[in-house]
Amino acid sequence: MQQLLHPDAEPVFEAERPEVLVLACGAIAREVLAVIAMNGWEHVTVRCLPAKLHTTPRKIPAAVDHKLTELAGRYERTFVAYADCGTAGALEPVLERHGVERLPGAHCYGFLAGNDAWEAIQEQDPATFYLTDFLARHFEALVWRGLGLDRHPELLPDLFGNYRRLVYLAQTDDQGLLARAQDAAQRLGLAFEHRRTGYGELIPALQRFVGHGEGGDSPLRGQSPTHA
Amino acid sequence: MQAMSDDDLDLNDLTDDELVSQMHDDLYDGLAEEIVEGTNILLERGWPAEKVLSDALVEGMRIVGIDFRDGILFVPEVLLAANAMKGGMAVLRPLLAETGAERVGTVVIGTVKGDIHDIGKNLVAMMLEGAGFEVIDLGINNPVESYLAALEEHSPDILGMSALLTTTMPYMKVVIDTMVEQGIRDDYIVLVGGAPLNEEFGKAVGADAYCRDAAVAAETAQALVLARRAAASAS
Repeated sequence: MQQLLHPDAEPVFEAERPEVLVLACGAIAREVLAVIAMNGWEHVTVRCLPAKLHTTPRKIPAAVDHKLTELAGRYERTFVAYADCGTAGALEPVLERHGVERLPGAHCYGFLAGNDAWEAIQEQDPATFYLTDFLARHFEALVWRGLGLDRHPELLPDLFGNYRRLVYLAQTDDQGLLARAQDAAQRLGLAFEHRRTGYGELIPALQRFVGHGEGGDSPLRGQSPTHA
Repeated sequence: MQAMSDDDLDLNDLTDDELVSQMHDDLYDGLAEEIVEGTNILLERGWPAEKVLSDALVEGMRIVGIDFRDGILFVPEVLLAANAMKGGMAVLRPLLAETGAERVGTVVIGTVKGDIHDIGKNLVAMMLEGAGFEVIDLGINNPVESYLAALEEHSPDILGMSALLTTTMPYMKVVIDTMVEQGIRDDYIVLVGGAPLNEEFGKAVGADAYCRDAAVAAETAQALVLARRAAASAS
């Protein structure tokens, strides 16, 4: 699991019987692996693209295209564990060309919280900054240092002055991550909210895809560790 | 001879060309104090405020914009450069008002409803002001009613809309469709911009142009205003 910790990593988790491929954003690798484990799927391989693409969405379509081309024909079926993720629809033609489906919705915040629930949060107050487990874990590298706040704290009002609250969409009950998220909110000068989402729509989306190849929707063989 | 360090550099010792070039470097490095000092020196040497603005500040920021587009500079560096330029603009703004230089035009600009991101929009506003436009900045999270009220109040040449989120950018079409319904769409030039947008999107929502960065926005605004005026005087 250590290889998941770095935003540059492209970890591969080869199944015992590699029949199905999930090409996932590295930022949700833990969550995808957790859903696979709870369903007992031994034929699903997970390959990840670098999590740092989360912050440069324009690069996602080309990266997905390159990896799908490289892996063409190696698995019986492939699923892409990305939502639109800020690509503004540019991922769609890539997926159509490869005949591959993706996760529903606009962002990881949406499918992790549940797209309807996330839209309601966003509607309630657009001045909301989100952390997931991944982003709470990597806040220092991706947000604080990534936006130059370690070198130029004076930029905080420019970067976060319009935000009012930080909502931590928690996939697990990890007190360490909760503390990190609270600390992040304090450093950014934002009100803090904690919402336990579990894996949200990631579970039914993967079950529909993996189950489809098995002749129908697969029954839930495990439970999310948390329930919103 | 011992080489002179940057700390020892006296901007007063530089020729005009050297000083302008140094100010481009200082803008690139986000050195606000040096930009204010350079601005004052050029003014003391008799440069008109418009020339200081265009040659030293706007040109320097244009270079920053190119390197941001090319992935050489990132958001923090651009913000530092913008803050440095603001320092120079604060010196020049009252002088520009005093001279009563004719405005190129007026722009109403704002980030669309549901979106609170304004870094790009602020850069565009600054570059438009640098290009000689009067800028009415509506800020963030603007519903269609805010845009329409501002159009009525200020009668601008241009409406500029910005969005950073893929979930909010479709709202631009809501605004433009409402302008069409009210029969006022053709009274204004509509420019759109924001990280997830592209030219195709701009056309799809019915904008006059998509502007990929702040410098392009300023150039496009100037070109379209001039073209519209030329067309009006020819008819």
